[in-house]
Amino acid sequence: MIGISVLLLCIGTALILSRALTGPTLYDRVLAVNSFGTKIVLLLGVLGFFMGRPDFLDIAILYALINFVATIAVLKFVRYRSFQVTLVRRDTEDVRARR
Amino acid sequence: MIEFFQALASYWAIIRPIAGAAFCLIGGFLALVGAIGVLRFPDFYTRLHAASVTDTGAVLSLVLGMALLSPTGFIFIKVLAVGIFLFVTGPAASHAVANAAHTAKLEPLTGHFGRVDDPEDGTPL
Repeated sequence: MIGISVLLLCIGTALILSRALTGPTLYDRVLAVNSFGTKIVLLLGVLGFFMGRPDFLDIAILYALINFVATIAVLKFVRYRSFQVTLVRRDTEDVRARR
Repeated sequence: MIEFFQALASYWAIIRPIAGAAFCLIGGFLALVGAIGVLRFPDFYTRLHAASVTDTGAVLSLVLGMALLSPTGFIFIKVLAVGIFLFVTGPAASHAVANAAHTAKLEPLTGHFGRVDDPEDGTPL
């Protein structure tokens, strides 16, 4: 039954990778890549249990971290065309006056 | 009393791998459903809805199944770490993508199903 689960996850990653390659807009691609990363993390964990080597979970943790940061970084770069803009809103004069 | 707990422990040892495999199967099915939804839905916002099935349901089921299958306590803690991290960052990333698309004024698909040349034909979307 774990083997069937691995097979289902493999089919899911293949389908979602095709959406990432053919997505009409950029946001479709980003969403598909993010979902692909989540599925790959789950596939790594289940594959480790299927092969009797749960040490794959370390790689799964690492890939989950990289996946989240990469999604946010791509979205930020598309919005601001730079990685150097701060995401925190500046406390400008009119915001301070409105308080 | 002690016999009852011993019987409970033996039943638990039998049930645990079966329950873990069943949860893994449910999680794989949910992941496949989410992938089909992302591939087949017509619009970005509907695809976002399909992707969140993977982010919550499949993660929860597969992590629960792997936690039931884990042989030692250390592996259990690692599985739990993967689960908590995915469960926190998945919806956050989905919200970031949706917010970026909405800020970039990506229009949702509205209108009717059916023929493109006759908008009155077909069922309302």
